[in-house]
Amino acid sequence: MKTEIKTKKSKGGLMAWVDERFPLSSLITNHLTEYYAPKNFNFWYFFGSLALLVLVLQLATGIFLTMHYKPDAELAFGSVEYIMRDVSFGWLIRYMHSTGASMFFVVVYLHMFRGLIYGSYKNPRELLWLFGVAIFLCLMGEAFFGYLLPWGQMSYWGAQVIVNLFSAIPFVGPDLSEWLRGDYLVSDATLNRFFAFHVIALPLALCGLVFVHLVALHEVGSNNPDGIDIKKNLDKKTSIPLDGIPFHPYYTVKDLIGVSVFLIVFALIIFYLPEMGGYFLEANNFIPADPLKTPAHIAPVWYFTPYYSILRAVPPILNSQFPGVAAMGLSVLAFAFLPWLDKSKVRSIRYKGNLFKRWIALFVVSFFVLGYLGTVPSNVWGQFSSAIPVIGGVDKATVVARIFTITYFLFFALMPYYSQKDKTKPVPSRVSYK
Amino acid sequence: MANHQDDKIDKKKRSFLIAATTVTGAIGAGAIAVPFLSSMTPSERAKAAGAPVEVDVSKIEAGSMITTEWRGQPVWIINRSKAMLDDLKKNDPNLSDPNLEVISQQPSYCKNATRSLKPNLLVLVGICTHLGCSPTAKLQTQGDMGENWNGGFFCPCHGSKFDLAGRVFKGSPAPINLVVPPHKYINDNTLLIGEDNKG
Repeated sequence: MKTEIKTKKSKGGLMAWVDERFPLSSLITNHLTEYYAPKNFNFWYFFGSLALLVLVLQLATGIFLTMHYKPDAELAFGSVEYIMRDVSFGWLIRYMHSTGASMFFVVVYLHMFRGLIYGSYKNPRELLWLFGVAIFLCLMGEAFFGYLLPWGQMSYWGAQVIVNLFSAIPFVGPDLSEWLRGDYLVSDATLNRFFAFHVIALPLALCGLVFVHLVALHEVGSNNPDGIDIKKNLDKKTSIPLDGIPFHPYYTVKDLIGVSVFLIVFALIIFYLPEMGGYFLEANNFIPADPLKTPAHIAPVWYFTPYYSILRAVPPILNSQFPGVAAMGLSVLAFAFLPWLDKSKVRSIRYKGNLFKRWIALFVVSFFVLGYLGTVPSNVWGQFSSAIPVIGGVDKATVVARIFTITYFLFFALMPYYSQKDKTKPVPSRVSYK
Repeated sequence: MANHQDDKIDKKKRSFLIAATTVTGAIGAGAIAVPFLSSMTPSERAKAAGAPVEVDVSKIEAGSMITTEWRGQPVWIINRSKAMLDDLKKNDPNLSDPNLEVISQQPSYCKNATRSLKPNLLVLVGICTHLGCSPTAKLQTQGDMGENWNGGFFCPCHGSKFDLAGRVFKGSPAPINLVVPPHKYINDNTLLIGEDNKG
């Protein structure tokens, strides 16, 4: 009893009891109160913690949706409507989940862009970046499997198209897509297994990957807007980085501001724009799935449209649509190669030259143009007059998509060349901080 | 001491045991993966649902079509008018595979100019060969499909075009012609989809 009354300083009490059995205090000091992060973090550094927040929101809302949803082709559509109309606050939980899916991609894309401009993928953070790419792939799978569950027209035909992408793979393709569907077409069997992937397999993988992403991050430490290694300038006495501040309380408080602003935006969307004009929830998905009739215009949800545009832009070669499918796959996987494509001497865009900056700008433009084109039919701008050679009679939007598909890939393919040729500026030894 | 112990270790035996354990373990893991992976293939029930479908074709007017379901897929039966059949030849220069030579998408008994058993009645699986959407029928000539359109099908997903024999137009994302399923006529008016005289 007496030893337990002594508190904190003597490391007695409950905490001591726990610490003898589990390294709780040392975890808190090593990863929060004495984990030193660069002091010059800016706006772009909100999105990692926000992604974690959205993950938690998706897991929580997902669990409650599972209590009412029925993964059965006969019942699925009705059970989602039941959640929307009859379950207390079901509409709120469902809109949080559907908005959360889109916001997940918003924050993850911004998080990836931060890595891109500050060179956060470069040595020694290659594995950290690769874990991140794996999280992104997992997230895309999670979004795709989840989108089938409401069993609307878009769910159905979206799944039909994506599963058929696999059948374009030479030799094993048709068997592979049949195996994925578990039937000769998207059916109850497909819905049932997509439910299993969506609620068990991928969330588990996602949580595991987030864990190793954080382990890798805390091993190498955060990059920063200057791309300077803060571990090179240590206080001689304490060997604490001179440009570092403890994560807690400094960055926990900073991230709380980000969380507050994010939640305001999130709430505004949920209450006033849950469908986001058809970008977050598509109109055709309010019609039950009909295997005999494809809607007049189908498009994926906005976060997949850049890759979908690339798929559409590549014409079939030698009677096979595989090149388009391969290009689409490569457009996503290309991010994984960045650590080895970027040969620049500096990490951050602040010290990179104009050449690199122009390529990043071109990449961003390509991404947005392809993203837009993926949401509209390919004949949106009409066709070129048949009098023009080569492109005569071809949809204008298809030609534009082809051009930006090429620039999208050139950004990656030429990076080893232009990142070396680029005139970089000298990097200071200490971070710049106002 | 350490050296003394190292001498005692039979490294050959050790690496043999490691290799043997690894191989046995891998075979075991591979064997146990089989039931799990094969549980995801189409079940017996799904296979049974592929039973043939009977259709009465006597009520399809010339120039119109009906959609039926076989294996859960839309199957179209189009009764082509005389004019439609005459127009088929006009499409030939614009088609990827007008003479059905590249990849076989029909049973051998339908490898003819009309891709059908009876010249007027075309049976097609209504699934685009690009990525599996169901194309929209545009049976009328011209209309919103442009000046030179002789009737056919347009896929809303990625813009593939097919003629009234299900043959794909050049420049479509779809690489090959639409599939003609196995079928036969039980009598003059009754079509059986999913079974033919060969099998």
